[in-house]
Amino acid sequence: MIPFDTFIIVIGAITLAVVMAIIRIVRGPTAPDRVVGLDTINTIVISSMVLFGAAYNQVIYIDVAIVYALLSFISTLFIAKYLEGGKF
Amino acid sequence: MSIVDIIIYIFFSIGIFFNLLAGIGLLRFPDVYTRLHAGTKCTTFGSIFLIGSVILIGFRSWYFGSTDGSVLAIHSIVALIAILLTNPTGAHAIARAAHRSGVEPVNAVIDELKTKTKTKSQSDKSAHNKKPEVGK
Repeated sequence: MIPFDTFIIVIGAITLAVVMAIIRIVRGPTAPDRVVGLDTINTIVISSMVLFGAAYNQVIYIDVAIVYALLSFISTLFIAKYLEGGKF
Repeated sequence: MSIVDIIIYIFFSIGIFFNLLAGIGLLRFPDVYTRLHAGTKCTTFGSIFLIGSVILIGFRSWYFGSTDGSVLAIHSIVALIAILLTNPTGAHAIARAAHRSGVEPVNAVIDELKTKTKTKSQSDKSAHNKKPEVGK
């Protein structure tokens, strides 16, 4: 079996990528840079939610990850449409 | 340590490596479009391996007689399909919005999409100018 600490180490390692994306969101010169950083954070949060579900053996965390994936996709599409300046 | 454990550890390492590459690429690349390559493709590839390791864990505990393992594996497959469908679509929308809102690629020699849209808008404008002449 995979020990519990291994999951925590993996989640901590991919949290470093979240920190780098937050630095890009703070420093980003234009608005699409910030949207790219937000999209990256969304994907990493989804995969870490699935890892937490496997670590604590709770399937409900993975259901939350599925809903989070679909809602973050919709939010990304709306931010892109707003930047584009078109009609909805 | 069985061979499935070794495969799961290899999947964990590949996932960590590519997610960290995504973060480094977001910091180091000079441009929106290149950052989009790093931030979207690398996280998709890393998430495939991280969620794939969870799917392997679920299938293994299903094989040893636990029904919780089947639920874990199948829900993880649904989450993986959601990521695979939504992530490239969102990246395409961001790239199109960035190009239409006027963000220029750094160090680009030629921008074919820009010239194409410019000639299209010019032809539209000439057609629009021709209309009153036809009315005369």
